[in-house]
Amino acid sequence: MGELKLMKGNEAIGEAAIRAGVDAYFGYPITPQSEVIEYLTSEKPEERTGMVILQAESELAAINMVYGAAGSGKKVMTSSSSPGVSLKMEGISYMAGAELPCVVLNVVRGGPGLGTIQPSQADYFQAVKGGGHGDYRMVVLAPASVQEMADFVKLGFELAFKYRNPVMMLSDGVIGQMMEKVELGEQIPRWTEEEIIRKNPWATTGKKGRERNIITSLDLDPARQEQHNHKLQKKYRQMEEEEVRFEKFECDDAEYLFVAYGSSSRIAQKAVKIAREKGHKVGLLRPITLFPYPAKEIQSMLGQLKGILSLELSAGQMVEDIKLAVEGKVPVDHYGRMGGIIFSPAEIVEVFEEKFIGG
Amino acid sequence: MKEENITTQDIIAEENLVYKKTRLMTDKVLSYCPGCGHGTAHRIIMEVIDEMGLEEKTIGIAPVGCSVLAYEFMNIDMQQAAHGRAPALATGIKRTWPEKVVFTYQGDGDLAAIGTAETIHACNRGENFLIVFINNGIYGMTGGQMAPTTLEGMKSSTTPYGRNTKLMGNPLKMTELVAELPGTYFVTRQAVHTPANVRKTKKAIKMAIKNQLEDKGGLNFVEIVSNCNSGWKMTPTDANQWMVDNMFPFFPLGDIKVDGKKVKKD
Ligand SMILES: Cc1ncc(C[n+]2csc(CCOP(=O)(O)OP(=O)(O)O)c2C)c(N)n1
Ligand code: SF4
Ligand SMILES: [Mg+2]
Repeated sequence: MGELKLMKGNEAIGEAAIRAGVDAYFGYPITPQSEVIEYLTSEKPEERTGMVILQAESELAAINMVYGAAGSGKKVMTSSSSPGVSLKMEGISYMAGAELPCVVLNVVRGGPGLGTIQPSQADYFQAVKGGGHGDYRMVVLAPASVQEMADFVKLGFELAFKYRNPVMMLSDGVIGQMMEKVELGEQIPRWTEEEIIRKNPWATTGKKGRERNIITSLDLDPARQEQHNHKLQKKYRQMEEEEVRFEKFECDDAEYLFVAYGSSSRIAQKAVKIAREKGHKVGLLRPITLFPYPAKEIQSMLGQLKGILSLELSAGQMVEDIKLAVEGKVPVDHYGRMGGIIFSPAEIVEVFEEKFIGG
Repeated sequence: MKEENITTQDIIAEENLVYKKTRLMTDKVLSYCPGCGHGTAHRIIMEVIDEMGLEEKTIGIAPVGCSVLAYEFMNIDMQQAAHGRAPALATGIKRTWPEKVVFTYQGDGDLAAIGTAETIHACNRGENFLIVFINNGIYGMTGGQMAPTTLEGMKSSTTPYGRNTKLMGNPLKMTELVAELPGTYFVTRQAVHTPANVRKTKKAIKMAIKNQLEDKGGLNFVEIVSNCNSGWKMTPTDANQWMVDNMFPFFPLGDIKVDGKKVKKD
């Protein structure tokens, strides 16, 4: 068993990054995730592993520092919260186009605009449907605990390098700020120059013993640009085949399904217990990957279901993906809170009874 | 040898050649307008990389602008940046690969408008890479709109009656500005319109890269005042003359900061 520690979600990200052998972190402070860079700088990772930590002048600069280092084959990450992630969208689109791996953490807060510093899940569309310009996708991981905050850093980099694509961790202020016990992984050494060149033969590491490497998202030739887009789409289809992750709770005999991710799924799990105590056969599906979405899993359950309730801290975004999967075969509804307000388990059960059981 | 006796073979004989193709330039035909300074600037940088034996450890960054395709012409490892973000890419590379040689190549719109923050902060942090800044006073690529460096009264497609500084602000002397920052080590302004200027620019770039290799503790910044005959709507010869008459008085050539110290002007 690895080392056990009591940590905040944001601190666990920092510690996990050092232990995952990440080469660099570039970021810009914003609540509720500034603890990531504060933890990292306090840990002196330059002494522990040689990891580079740099506070950039903006989120635009930070994500483009990530682009440069990733383009040269390094394991690099950044983190921010909603307004900052909007600024990172330019760089993320360029990285998707240039096929560069990285991990981006969004500790989501309420919007639109400066919104609030309280937790929210209203950046689902931005993360899952594109956000930046062009036809691209990211693998989107939704941690629901401090443990998953730590674990998904390593997983995120594995997926980012497998697909040469940005991976987003879509967390929120609840998971970022809360303290839980976390089991930390062993220290993985950072890649050596020889390993980087062997694992990432596409990277700009200096033209030595090979033709030059070019990192770009530009191709002005329409036929080639379309080909490139087809190649990207094929990659996204492969993600849909191979990377869907989810967790089910009390689903075997369920007649009603709650669907919730991240912090909402923790509350929804309690709501399932209360609903069952009241005699309602309710289960919970927790998507762990929001892209690719566990649509097939939902489809496989339709025969047993009388209704699905999407529970999100937003006006209802993921509910659209559920509806796409369900194709009208079962009633799908949504319940959410906004502005940084979090629903309670009892509140969820009340809404569920109102919507599906009748008064 | 009498002139009428010279054959093609004589002309191309090794001992008679006075000009060679730069080894580190690809065979791709340059996309630049005839007479444009971009091609010469590319060649000088590649010559320096070649002569200093740095081909295997250099990473260049192309901007958005006419030189967006610089990576098609420079035969080394290259990355293409979003508009204005080249210094951020270079920071990411150099911080994680301190032993490599890193340079950005940027136009005035790229470096002094949309990328001002990235430029100033890379300079201020004293990042140990080279910025080559091609100042042609205009947005060449998008069809000749006003740049931050467009001179007062100068016409462009968005200042059709000349730049009115009351409405459109003043031309920005980015090079003088970054020379004020403690993070810059070598700051110079050159040109490439005559063989003598080409030699001086080459010397400056060599010095900048030598400083980088020796990690002198600051950013090296080489501005090249250049022409844009298409954007300025002039012949190449007229454009060069116009540059000498109008650009050089406002953007005077010469070293501004050497070895971390401002050069005293009398
Ligand atoms: C984000 C963004 N905004 C605008 C553009 C359009 N654009 C392309 S090049 C350019 C100006 C380039 O001018 P400069 O940097 O001076 O380079 P030059 O072409 O003169 O060498 C602009 C505005 C873009 N590609 N990306
Ligand atoms: S438009 Fe201007 S800067 Fe661009 S290639 Fe032509 S002359 Fe050069
Ligand atoms: Mg220009």
